[in-house]
Amino acid sequence: MPVNVRITINGETSEVPAGSVADLVEHLGLRPEQVAVEVNKDLIVRDARERTTLAEGDRVELVTLVGGG
Amino acid sequence: MTALLKDEPLVLGDVRLSSRLLVGTGKYASFEETEQALEISGTELVTVAIRRVNLDASAGPSLLDHVDRERYHILPNTAGCYDVESAVRTAKLARDLLGTKLVKLEVLGDPKTLLPDPIGTLEASKQLVDDGFDVLVYCSDDPRMAVRLEELGVTSVMPAGSPIGSGQGVLNPNAIRIILELVRVPVILDAGVGTASDVALAMELGAAGVLLNSGIAGAREPLRMAAAMRDACTAGRNAYLAGRIPRRLYANASSPEEGLIEEAGPGPTERG
Repeated sequence: MPVNVRITINGETSEVPAGSVADLVEHLGLRPEQVAVEVNKDLIVRDARERTTLAEGDRVELVTLVGGG
Repeated sequence: MTALLKDEPLVLGDVRLSSRLLVGTGKYASFEETEQALEISGTELVTVAIRRVNLDASAGPSLLDHVDRERYHILPNTAGCYDVESAVRTAKLARDLLGTKLVKLEVLGDPKTLLPDPIGTLEASKQLVDDGFDVLVYCSDDPRMAVRLEELGVTSVMPAGSPIGSGQGVLNPNAIRIILELVRVPVILDAGVGTASDVALAMELGAAGVLLNSGIAGAREPLRMAAAMRDACTAGRNAYLAGRIPRRLYANASSPEEGLIEEAGPGPTERG
């Protein structure tokens, strides 16, 4: 198992420690309750973050709330 | 006395609102101003957008820290989506983020007009309704489109008064009136509100509510405009419920025409 995986986060290529989606959120210093996550265009619901493992080449979207109408 | 003037709540899915003003959170100078404007507006349902996390500033304050979820329901939108797939994906992300079934669906046609794409709007509405969302749909003021959306099972149709952020008010009140006759779901006037009289007009026509953002956030004094919009919404709603007098071509005296003193009143030439 590699120590790092190369993935795309919000359009930017990045090398991050191998692990779960929950690990990624923590690694990035995000508050878990303030983000939602897609991997390869599939929503990873909150309850599935721990058991979803990131793989080389995954495309991750991390979103949050902003002001809007 | 005003306690006697009862009104029904505005029901949108599982949410019951006593304020009929829905207010957006975009374009304010600060989160503090957002928070104050929301409070003054009296709104109970606030719209938000879903965007990528800024990874360079991830530890900074969040809008969520300034919107008290005990006090406000949150309505996430799909603003910025120009196709069905991205609108549906955004709605699903929002549901997971907020734990709400409510979504304000926008499927836009082009960035210059920000008018809704009707075909995409219908298709995305269908997918989201089938997936269990309570869909509040931004749409044009086309009455037949509103009927089609209602048939799909949306929770509210939200015709634009005029283009988003244009401040042109309600350009076609007759179209809104026809929509109000044709559909039973709540009709919320969404977009184009420039000032308080636009809100009052929409409510007088019988709209169930008004959704606005730029009209407050872009005013010279947003907090004062928030108060004006709040009052206009209440005024228009009460005028609608009270039932206005018909428009007449000629006058109709409100003082008695009998009992006037000698030589008062119209002479022979003034009598119609």
